[in-house]
Amino acid sequence: MSILSLTAVELGRKIKAKEVSVSEAVEAVLAQIETYDKEYNCYISVDREGARTRARKVQKLIDSGELTGQLAGVPMAVKDNICTKGLLTTCGSKILESFVPTYSAQAVLNLENAGAVIIGKTNMDEFAMGSTTETSAFGVTKNPWNTQHVPGGSSGGSCAAVAADECFFALGSDTGGSIRQPASFCGVTGLKPTYGTVSRYGLVAYASSLDQIGPVAKDVTDCAAVLEAIASYDPKDSTSIKRDDYDFALALTEDVKGLRIGIPKDYFTDGLDQNVRAAVQSAARLLEENGAFVEEFDLSLVQYAIPAYYVIASAEAGSNLARFDGVKYAYRSKDSKGLHEMYKKTRSEGFGEEVRRRIMLGSFVLSSGYYDAYYLKALRTRKLIKNEFDKAFEKYDVILAPAAPTTAPRLGESLIDPVKMYLSDIYTVAVNLAGLPAMSVPCGVDLKGLPIGVQLIADCFKEKNIIRAGYSIEQAVSREKCEAARAAESKATEARN
Amino acid sequence: MNKHYETVIGLEVHVELATKTKIFCSCSTAFGGAPNTHTCPVCTGMPGALPVLNKQVVEYALAVGLATNCKINKYSRFDRKNYFYPDNPQNYQISQLYLPICYDGGVEIEAAAGKKIVGIHEIHMEEDAGKLFHDEEGTLIDYNRSGVPLIEIVSEPDMRNADEVIAYLEKLRLIIQYLGASDCKLQEGSMRADVNLSVRRAGAKELGTRTEMKNLNSFKAIMRAIESEEKRQIELIEDGKEVVQETRRWDDGRECSYPMRSKEDAQDYRYFPEPDLAPVIISDEWIERIKGAQPELRDEKRVRYRAEYDIPDYDIDIITSSKKMADIFEETIKLGARPKEVSNWLMVETMRLLKEHECEPENIKFSPQNLAKLIALVEKGSINRTVAKEVFEVMFCENIDPETYVHEHGLGMVSDEGALKEIIEQVIAANPQSVADYCNGKKQALGYLVGQTMRAMKGKADPQLVNKILAERLNV
Repeated sequence: MSILSLTAVELGRKIKAKEVSVSEAVEAVLAQIETYDKEYNCYISVDREGARTRARKVQKLIDSGELTGQLAGVPMAVKDNICTKGLLTTCGSKILESFVPTYSAQAVLNLENAGAVIIGKTNMDEFAMGSTTETSAFGVTKNPWNTQHVPGGSSGGSCAAVAADECFFALGSDTGGSIRQPASFCGVTGLKPTYGTVSRYGLVAYASSLDQIGPVAKDVTDCAAVLEAIASYDPKDSTSIKRDDYDFALALTEDVKGLRIGIPKDYFTDGLDQNVRAAVQSAARLLEENGAFVEEFDLSLVQYAIPAYYVIASAEAGSNLARFDGVKYAYRSKDSKGLHEMYKKTRSEGFGEEVRRRIMLGSFVLSSGYYDAYYLKALRTRKLIKNEFDKAFEKYDVILAPAAPTTAPRLGESLIDPVKMYLSDIYTVAVNLAGLPAMSVPCGVDLKGLPIGVQLIADCFKEKNIIRAGYSIEQAVSREKCEAARAAESKATEARN
Repeated sequence: MNKHYETVIGLEVHVELATKTKIFCSCSTAFGGAPNTHTCPVCTGMPGALPVLNKQVVEYALAVGLATNCKINKYSRFDRKNYFYPDNPQNYQISQLYLPICYDGGVEIEAAAGKKIVGIHEIHMEEDAGKLFHDEEGTLIDYNRSGVPLIEIVSEPDMRNADEVIAYLEKLRLIIQYLGASDCKLQEGSMRADVNLSVRRAGAKELGTRTEMKNLNSFKAIMRAIESEEKRQIELIEDGKEVVQETRRWDDGRECSYPMRSKEDAQDYRYFPEPDLAPVIISDEWIERIKGAQPELRDEKRVRYRAEYDIPDYDIDIITSSKKMADIFEETIKLGARPKEVSNWLMVETMRLLKEHECEPENIKFSPQNLAKLIALVEKGSINRTVAKEVFEVMFCENIDPETYVHEHGLGMVSDEGALKEIIEQVIAANPQSVADYCNGKKQALGYLVGQTMRAMKGKADPQLVNKILAERLNV
């Protein structure tokens, strides 16, 4: 069995057992990147020498017994909007093409303390604005399942890297579905934690009240392990929350007896692809067969989630991105006359079209005379959506839904019609508006063989519910796969005989 | 002032709070560091950095709000004020618009026209910006001031002339200094006032169009700016022209103001709630704790001094006009000095030296301990007043220990009557004319002889004793 086919937790165990060295794991990943990344373009930058040096250091600490965590020595990737001290952090934007932070995000520090080894920084939609990883200033990332297709976004680089075995797990960020949707498109597991669970310090803000860093991993077990490592109370982030239940791995059980699953009828309407619908419904059936209680319910307000989301996210983004002005760091347009021309040229040249569109939208909804009609109304809608989720979670432990209306679109298809692209976020944005935890778990493939993810949503701080349901689905799906494979094999044998 | 018009003035006062660290990071607020040495990713607007509110800022804002009779918003929030300017690293300022921490208060002022209440519309917390330095080669930025905490105190338009404005500012300054929330130095910019002013015909109810005046760096500048702006607006109206709502910049050297920007080009700041900060929730217990920790303010001190110390009201007003002076006064008395004596040293010598050295009472260097020792030396008769004044001058500049100083410089009084008599004999021998004058009834001649004796003694004698011995000797 090759090193690359191991999950992060399996690799960690083998490293601890001295069956695999940290350097071997790092070299295996670097070789995989060498072979495949020219094609997939998962990474914006790969820190080969840094990773090798770090591998030796971590190995010593493991050998001396100072590092004992389950991720010690495991190579990982970090989305390029998460600051890494001394490593280029571009946010997929020309405006930060030369930005090297002097500090690391708290989530990165937590992983380094756990002994994980950073391999490189992954591609993304510029400033996490996009659903395809096509708005990056560093080229598109291709879906490893089918390179004619996008990996989804904005954490497309992270999800594709995990899918292509170019790392064992990765960090993504999720503002409106940016972990869950690409995880679904790339057939990997991605979790967006409850708002405030992972420190945002060092995450370059897109929309502060919606952003959360989360794990992208090969399976639910890895997801839980990474979440345990990155979740922490951080006094540097005022929206960080102290929790006393960081033992997420405890929820890794197939037993879902008595778990109450709600399926929002409003999510299964005409826009939903038939293959996706079937796969998601079969995931629900698997839970039911394992003893969960499953029923449909109304979550009608979610239809307002997209407009509310785009108003709030754009408003915050417009303000958050104001600091990229050519004055202090990174890109500055040359030969400008005067301050205002420098501002204009730097920002017009430095930002891509989608980012400029959202900055304009954000400035508009906050401008005097429009604030009440757009921004305040969006805030009220957000509150109503939260209330509706609160009511639903009185009845259900987990809400089960698709992660995206379709499987991965073909490259170049989505950016033609931005509004249509925004609408494809329909199943994910409400979760961010309400601050909820949610996970996308692979549950099948469509006729073209592209992966489908089922989204599991829980009430705030109830990650364990979705980890439990996700683990149960994952085990059942892999059993089904094995059975199908066995059946196919025996059929083939029969035919041969 | 034209009596057909009434002036209406409201103030926006920015006060830099005396916290050790900045409002949203742990960088030092100390003045005068090398450029960009008191900075970090937060106060330079680096990507991914996040603000964390300094609790002391809230406590100072609460203390000022309570001392100015404000109501407290128990649920207060920060908002972002968006505008592009290089002194503002994030291109937004974190301030409070929708739910300021304090509102609806007021202070009583006493101006020439009598007592009145000046309302306080609100007090909000915000961050200061960096400093730009322009030269031929370009512009440099120092972010040391970026993120220094400020409160902005917005008054109601309750003032009618410069006299009331100064009385209001003095009142605020003393309250805030007494609370220890700021040193409130106008020249150094730790207190800044913008004047909103309009005029209307006497008796009119509607307010006229107002202008906002900036760059006022002293009380004198404020007075001059108000008088100039009143005159300018009245002249416009008299000429049948309209006052334009605009922000103007005062040029104190030329004693006139220039328009900076009109309402039409006023920026749209696109305020919205700061998503990186949690709301500020203020409990009743917190308010009670701040109230309980509030020091005695000036008005209370004046009342108490009148009751406790036998010194004139005038002295009380001067001494309490600076927290530093009042503190020295009280400390020195605690160390055993007589109040009247302490008051005299503060009112006469201290005030004279402050004026001579062009400094504020806040800059006084001598300690109450040393002042008490000096007073004791005089009372015991160890030194005379002339010597004491000399010692005090040194003490004022260097805060020396007067006992050590007197000893080291041999300034103690010569109490040996024999030695004194010897000197007196020499003085009598050297000044026969004055002796003759005295004996012929010119009593003032004695004063001259006393002076000569004191000079010969290098001031180290008790002049009364010299007087007595001389008189006895010559009357024989």
